[in-house]
Amino acid sequence: MATICTISEAIRDLLHDGDVVAMEGFTHLIPHAAAHEVMRQGRRDLTLVRMTPDLIYDQLIGMGCARKLVFSWGGNPGVGSLHRFRDAIERCWPRPLALEERSHADLANAYVAGASGLPFAVLRGYAGSDMPEHTGSIKFISCPFTGERLAAVPAIRPDVTVIHAQKADRRGNVLLWGIIGVQKEAVLAARRAVVTVEEIVDDLESPPNACVLPHWTVTAVCPVPFGAHPSYAHGYYDRDNRFYTAWDSISRDRETFTAWMQRHVLETRDNVEYRRILSEDGFGGGVP
Amino acid sequence: MTDGVTTSEMMTVAAARMLRNGAVCFVGIGLPSTAANLARLTHAPDAVLIYESGPIGAKPSVLPLSIGDGELAETADTVVSTPEIFRYWLQGGRIDVGFLGAAQIDRFANLNTTTIGPYNSPRVRLPGAGGAPEIAALAKEVLIILNHDRRAFVDKLDFVTTAGFLDGHDGRARAGLPGKGPAAVITDLGILRPDPESKELVVTDLHPGVRPDQVRERTGWDVRFANDLRTTEPPRAHELEVLRELLRRTAEAHGMTA
Repeated sequence: MATICTISEAIRDLLHDGDVVAMEGFTHLIPHAAAHEVMRQGRRDLTLVRMTPDLIYDQLIGMGCARKLVFSWGGNPGVGSLHRFRDAIERCWPRPLALEERSHADLANAYVAGASGLPFAVLRGYAGSDMPEHTGSIKFISCPFTGERLAAVPAIRPDVTVIHAQKADRRGNVLLWGIIGVQKEAVLAARRAVVTVEEIVDDLESPPNACVLPHWTVTAVCPVPFGAHPSYAHGYYDRDNRFYTAWDSISRDRETFTAWMQRHVLETRDNVEYRRILSEDGFGGGVP
Repeated sequence: MTDGVTTSEMMTVAAARMLRNGAVCFVGIGLPSTAANLARLTHAPDAVLIYESGPIGAKPSVLPLSIGDGELAETADTVVSTPEIFRYWLQGGRIDVGFLGAAQIDRFANLNTTTIGPYNSPRVRLPGAGGAPEIAALAKEVLIILNHDRRAFVDKLDFVTTAGFLDGHDGRARAGLPGKGPAAVITDLGILRPDPESKELVVTDLHPGVRPDQVRERTGWDVRFANDLRTTEPPRAHELEVLRELLRRTAEAHGMTA
C-alpha cells in the first residue's frame, strides 16, 4: 500500500546511505526533483544504476553522493559530454567512482530479470566486444538446448527505485504514458519504490492496457509538479532543451558547478523554491 | 563541394540514399537520425524508423534532440517499453538496418565509443555502448555515418565497443555475430565498403571534388581504393530542399539558430 507523502519524507524514510538506487526515465519523466532531495539530505556511498546517466546523475556524481555507477550510456543528450561524470572517471573528483559498464540491451534485460525474480538474464549480446574483459559481471553460457553461446548478466535488484510519472490516484495507483522506458521493470525489481507525480487525481481514467503500477507495488507516492524538469512529462510540459545546453557550461568547471548546486539545490527548501530560482535565471523551470 | 552544397549536406544525402524504401531501421541519434529522416521524407516514405527509447514507426516532423523526444512518441505507430525494443524487435530479428554513428572506427569497421586511452585511466571518457553492440550484432546489416578525420579513422582502437568485422575475413561468424555487419561507412569525403573477402574497408566512392590524397591524409591507416572508384552523385535539388527545410524546422522548434 503506497503512502502519499512529500518527497522530502520519502527520501528521509526510504533511501539510505550505501543503498543501490535506480532512477529511471529514458529521456522522458526523469525524476530530477527526487534526485535534488537526495542531495539536499546529503546521502553518501550510493550505488547508482541507470541506463542513461544524463544530467541527473552528473549532479549526484559531482556532489559526491555516489560510490559506484552501473550504466550503459553517459552523455548529455543532443549536447555532448557529461563533465562531472568525466571528471570523476578521468580525475577521481570529487571522489573515485567505480564503474560497472554494460549495454542498453543488457540493462533492459537485467531489469526484466530483477522484476521476474530471476538471478540473471540471458541475451544474445557482447559478441566481439571488449566490454566483458572490463566488466566482470558479464559472463557467457551455452544454451542447454542448442549449444549457442549467449551472454548472462546479473539481475538488477535495487534497494530503491525512483521514477517520475504523470498521475496517481488517491490510493497511490500510478499511471504513466508516452516513452515509458524501463520504469515498470525498475519498480517491480526494487525492494522499495518512490514515485513522484505531476498530480494526484480522483480517477486515473486509464484504458485497459495502460501502464499502471498498482498501489501495492509502490512504497511512496509524492506529488511534485514539474518534478521531471529539465526533462519532460508527456501531456504536461516539454523538454527544456535550453537547460540541457546551459548545463554544458554550468557543469564544465568544478567551482561553477558547486556554486550552482549550492544556490539552486542545497540552499532551496523544495522543488517550488528551486523552480523560483531557476526562473530568475531565465529558465522555464516549469513555473506556471 | 560545388554549388554551395556543404560537405555535411553531401554526407547526409549520401547516407540517406542508402536506406531503401520499406526497410525497418533502428536509428541512432544525431547524424543517423538526420539521414534516416531525410530518406523517409524523400525516396523512402515507407521506411520504418525505430528508436531505442521505444517508438516504432516514428515520423517526426522535426529532428529529435534526444533519443526519447515527445515528437517521436506522438508520431509513432506504437510506443513500447525499452526492454521490449531490445528483446522482441532487435533480438527477435526484425531489424533490417542498424544506422549508427561512432567516435572512432578502424579498418574493419569496429567502433569505439568507450574510452580514448586505457579503460581504467582514460584520457577521454566517451559515453559508452548504449545500444550499439547489440544493434550492430543483430541488425541484418549496418550503416555507419561519421566525419572523416584522423581522430576518428584510427589504425588501432583503444577499445572495441561494437564489433564490425573484428579482425576481418570470417571474424563475425567465428564470434557468433548473426547479422551481416557494416554494409557501408558514409563520411563527409566519400563512402567506404568492406572488401568481399578480407572485409577491410575500401573507398568505393568519393564525393564530388574530393581527391584520394585528402582521404589518405585523414585516415589513420594505409587506406585502399576500389579499382572502379566512383564519384557520388551530387545532391539533387529536391534532396537539398527537403534537408534544409527539415533542419530549419528543427532549429525553429528547438529555439536554436540553424
